[in-house]
Amino acid sequence: MKALRIDRNTGRFMLARLVSGIDTGSAAKIGPLTLGDDDAPALPGSGWHRVYPRLTGICGSDLATVEGHASTYFENWVSFPFVPGHEIVGELESGERVVIEPVLGHAARGHALPFENAAPGDGDDYAHLALPPLEPGIQIGFCNSTGGGWATELVAHESQIHRIPDDMSDERAVLIEPLAGGIHSALQAIESVRGVESPVIAVQGAGTMGLCAVAGLRAFAPHAHVVVGARYPAQMRAAKELGATTVVKSSELSRTVRHVVGCHVVGDYLSSGAHATIDAVGNSDSIATSIRITRPRGRVVLMGMPAQVDVDLTGLWHRETELKGSYTYGTETLPDGSRRRTFDLAIDLAGTFRTERLLSATYPLSDYSHALRHAAEAGPRGAIKVAFDLRGERSKKDSTSKKEGQH
Amino acid sequence: MPRPGFVLEVDRSTPPILFWRGENFSLEKLPADRSRIIYAPEPHKVIDDIDGAIRHSLLNPIDMDPLPTLLFPGMKLTIAFDDISLPLPKMTRPDIRQRIIEAVLDMAAEAGVDDVHIIAALALHRRMTEDELRHQLGDRIYDAFAPRGMLYQHDAEDPDNLVLLGETPHGEEVEINKRAAESDLLVYVNINLVAMDGGWKSTATGLASYRSLRHHHNTHTMQNSRSFMDAHKSELHKSNWRMGEVMRKHGPKIFQIETTVNNDTFPKPFDFLAKREWEWNGRDRAKFVAAKAGLNRTPARMARNIFHGIEAPHNMTSIQCGEVEAVHKVTTENVWKQQLVEVQGQTDILTMGIPFICPYNVNSIMNPILVMCTGLGYFFNLYRGKPLVREGGVVIMTHPTTNEFHPVHHPSYIDFFEQVLTETTVPHELEARFEKRFAEDDWYRHLYRTSYAYHGVHPFYMWYWGSHGLQHCGKVIIVGGDAPTVRRLGFTPASTLNDALEIASDVVGRSPTITHLHTPPIMVADVK
Repeated sequence: MKALRIDRNTGRFMLARLVSGIDTGSAAKIGPLTLGDDDAPALPGSGWHRVYPRLTGICGSDLATVEGHASTYFENWVSFPFVPGHEIVGELESGERVVIEPVLGHAARGHALPFENAAPGDGDDYAHLALPPLEPGIQIGFCNSTGGGWATELVAHESQIHRIPDDMSDERAVLIEPLAGGIHSALQAIESVRGVESPVIAVQGAGTMGLCAVAGLRAFAPHAHVVVGARYPAQMRAAKELGATTVVKSSELSRTVRHVVGCHVVGDYLSSGAHATIDAVGNSDSIATSIRITRPRGRVVLMGMPAQVDVDLTGLWHRETELKGSYTYGTETLPDGSRRRTFDLAIDLAGTFRTERLLSATYPLSDYSHALRHAAEAGPRGAIKVAFDLRGERSKKDSTSKKEGQH
Repeated sequence: MPRPGFVLEVDRSTPPILFWRGENFSLEKLPADRSRIIYAPEPHKVIDDIDGAIRHSLLNPIDMDPLPTLLFPGMKLTIAFDDISLPLPKMTRPDIRQRIIEAVLDMAAEAGVDDVHIIAALALHRRMTEDELRHQLGDRIYDAFAPRGMLYQHDAEDPDNLVLLGETPHGEEVEINKRAAESDLLVYVNINLVAMDGGWKSTATGLASYRSLRHHHNTHTMQNSRSFMDAHKSELHKSNWRMGEVMRKHGPKIFQIETTVNNDTFPKPFDFLAKREWEWNGRDRAKFVAAKAGLNRTPARMARNIFHGIEAPHNMTSIQCGEVEAVHKVTTENVWKQQLVEVQGQTDILTMGIPFICPYNVNSIMNPILVMCTGLGYFFNLYRGKPLVREGGVVIMTHPTTNEFHPVHHPSYIDFFEQVLTETTVPHELEARFEKRFAEDDWYRHLYRTSYAYHGVHPFYMWYWGSHGLQHCGKVIIVGGDAPTVRRLGFTPASTLNDALEIASDVVGRSPTITHLHTPPIMVADVK
């Protein structure tokens, strides 16, 4: 199969990190990523399916890995070499089109579910992510055993597979995974404003994830005043189209939240602030800003994946701000008390929000360096989501039954 | 004898004309045979004995008894005065207000009055600093009154110090400063820089609350004030005059002191800026070249400091006091004498150079909202009769229009620019959707009351000020402005005046008539 693969090569990681600081996009050429013909992953056991990606998105976490910025935290939760790509719409051998819920949960790894009908992301013990029978890996796209979406082939467990309607386009479906992430973060923010008549929820950052969070907020908290800070005009337009109440430049977010709330400013902090803030950026500045603009005893939902940050947490301590991490999806409790899997919610809402409008460009796998550069420079280039289009690259000959036989 | 205003028909021999561009300027060649330039009348003569004239006026008021007869021991006397928004630029010391207030205080002292408060009639403008107050009132008054809390600035958001006098038949609430309202005599000291100032507007606006001001500071009033320099055709004035009636019945006795100043705007090093270009001598040309070269190399902040440091030589040309309306009638005539220029007919394109200053950025930054207000609010409205530009015509301004705001003076302007103008530039719409929230914002209120910030609603008023111009013009172009900022205002950016004329041709055709308003100095076109 044709695949983009990341090898454990410390030198290349360091070089990528160094170069990406100077020229975003160059890391693809000199970093740990290589394009080649690899053997397709073997099916790990019963309940597993071979999936042929049609479109696979390029996520911020993928870029962080390619550019060598990912935290060392992940060293024990991934297995090299691996094929990146976890925003996948593909098809099964039966020809059914599916989207993949990439988290390698208990069911996929043959462990007991934490509760009945648990989603892959559920549970409060992550041991299974690092234990056999699979190699360590939090998701498809970070696990040596499964492969990833930046290839013509991968394997996925039945628990990860969601069949999509025939009338849903690939372009719409490829945004379901990030939309699920956005819904998850939105619901975490909404949970903290339960009972508030007119909540104000700020969203910092309007890349794909920030925008998906806006969609989630709009879907499940239509009464909330959603204030979005975005860097680029295309992001601002998209945020508005998805239903944000107020969209401003990132630099104006604090002023705007203050004005919407009607509070004072004390030093760098708002005296009150948003009831909740979704930080879809995840760096030192954004976290500091999120704390500053969130009211005392409010919640900051940390959606953007941070690495090592330098933040003065005195304000968080004094304001008793809740800083809540927000990773992927699982089983959600909705405002009306009902429980549903995030992915199912995302599939339902993808049409409502016409998620395909967030897909700005697609590239063939062979043009990965341009694709990754485009993704890294999405904001300034007026793009939101960049994806690989593998529809013309599938070669079933690559689906090595030999491999299956070996297993 | 000063020469009257003048309309120059541009021909091939006309030299390039000076256009202001904020803290800089340029020389522009206007198309021959279809352009004209309106020059202000030359500065009228200043009164020789200003202190003598003040005293004479106080003793010989119009339709009122002499001031000394209105003063008595044990009375409550309040003196209110116009704030830093005029004159422009600030005048050299001593300021007229200092001279007049000192004369009033002398008379009060002679009459044994010891309960005297002096109040800056700020309306919703920013508070003035100690230096600014000292410049206006002099050290003697400041040191005698300020430390004892008897010289202070009107607070339109202090519910304990406001009083509702009543309502006009139109339902307009008249709420003004409590101390002023409860005084035995309110002496108002005005400088009538333009015909819009003075009259009942002094008290009904300068000492009023937001609750009261909103009745005439709105889009409807402004679009029906044609222009607000002409009180008889100004809905703004009609509303203020209705409020004046309420004050006359239920308010304090008012002794109105109004003054006019000449238009001697620039001191020696900059006096070429007010001259007619074809009369520039070698020295003027050298001064222009040197100033332009210097300013081109000067950081914006430093250039701003240089210009705001200018103290104008203009001074008092008349003083009249007594009953408000009778006084204002005389004042307005005196303003017209200095400022009116007769102009025949309207024009397709009106050009204007926006200078470094307007009433709301003294010692501050001419932000984009104020550029709009200065161009479409003030300069567009410098007419009597008909607007200088025909309906559907084009206004071309020259100004850098950077996205720059004074964070202390104009905090709500920043939010207005970022949060309101991104949604709409239509005055009615932004008034309906956003004004209340800005006006009632507790933080803006706090900054207005305790810092040096314009009231939260003030950027809306600036936008309303330009709403008649917005409604009237087919297109507004800013030459030399920062393009994204100009577009945010809803206007069209152009690099050069020629580009702007080319752009304007879409609206007014290939051979439009062009009129350049050569201001400052201030003038008013009497359009026939």
